[in-house]
Amino acid sequence: MFNWLEKGIDWLVYQLMGLPVGSHFSSALHFFLYDSIKILILLFLIIWMMGIVNAYFPVERVRHFLSRKKLYGLEYFLASFFGAVTPFCSCSSVPLFIGFVKGGIPLGVTFAFLVTSPLVNEVALAMFLGMFGLKFTLIYALNGILLGMLSGWILGKMKLEPYLTDWVREIWEKAEAEQRNIETSPRSFWQRLPDINREALSIVKSVVLYVLVGIGIGAAMHGYVPEGFFERYLQAGAWYAVPLAVILAVPIYANAAGVIPVIQVFVAKGIPLGTSIAFMMGVVGLSLPEATLLKKVMTLKLIAIFFGVVTLCIILSGYLFNWIFG
Amino acid sequence: MKNIKILGTGCIKCKRTEELVRRVVEEMGIDAQIEKVEDIRQIMEYNILSTPAVVIDGIVKIKGRVPDRHELETLLADVQLA
Repeated sequence: MFNWLEKGIDWLVYQLMGLPVGSHFSSALHFFLYDSIKILILLFLIIWMMGIVNAYFPVERVRHFLSRKKLYGLEYFLASFFGAVTPFCSCSSVPLFIGFVKGGIPLGVTFAFLVTSPLVNEVALAMFLGMFGLKFTLIYALNGILLGMLSGWILGKMKLEPYLTDWVREIWEKAEAEQRNIETSPRSFWQRLPDINREALSIVKSVVLYVLVGIGIGAAMHGYVPEGFFERYLQAGAWYAVPLAVILAVPIYANAAGVIPVIQVFVAKGIPLGTSIAFMMGVVGLSLPEATLLKKVMTLKLIAIFFGVVTLCIILSGYLFNWIFG
Repeated sequence: MKNIKILGTGCIKCKRTEELVRRVVEEMGIDAQIEKVEDIRQIMEYNILSTPAVVIDGIVKIKGRVPDRHELETLLADVQLA
């Protein structure tokens, strides 16, 4: 799919700029240009496809759907799935949480959405596709959705409503399924397309800097971290490596764009894939800034339980990945 | 006078939205009072699920994203006539 791009960058770096083939600088530049452009193209395509899904299933309609139907367990899958396809912004997690509670959606289902949303999003998918390939990306996405479902289901079973902060609990007690129908826009696909294009471009524009910085850091690390570096110091194969990686990751926060190029270096330098992925999910999915945001709606105890359950599920998927790809 | 509220808990996107709204309003010379609402309870009164949002005279016009300049100009031109 990207042969043409590789040829183009070859020409640009070696012919037009006249850099020698095989030098450190020229290969780093080649790597950076090729990866960045490839990932930006993928990012645009993915956001564009998600834009189409969102035009027909905006989050308001998802809420409406989840609050009205009895779905016999399928609601966990749907919440998690929509968490994956809805463009994610950490600043939206609180309004979304309250909105779901207000709509009478069970807490566990809301958690399923909340867990998957940062883990599987447009930026993460584009970067995984560009750096690890299609098969891996699909497994990652599926794993993220399952992880959200499992965490949500466990949290749902724990009956945690009493641990919401007072004013949110009041909302929860008064919650009712929205009766009003979501206005269905009569516009056709072709009429919507310009909006979808414009929105996709604006999302790409808003993350392009992070993506480039992330790839740049990754490219620099490739050059400076020697083969087997982590293995030598971290005993990366030890059984406790996965939980250790996740626990180290939770206090760190970076978005997917920043951390995926780094874990690609981890993998290239000898840390097992599952351990690296678990680290990445800990960084992206759980963080202290997020905990501070959630403090407005949850008591500390609930935040601790939420983080604990999700941490356990991330550790489980770390082992799972190591087992599948080991 | 128009009343414009920007709803957002203080993330980068919300700040960008506020800056853009202020700039466009000034450029178009609209007589408007612009407010940034950061309190989550007040934000939730507008029944939105994602921020940032732009509310003009009590009606949510944009939610969940930073509007682009052209879109905002069209929107403000419409309310100016109303």
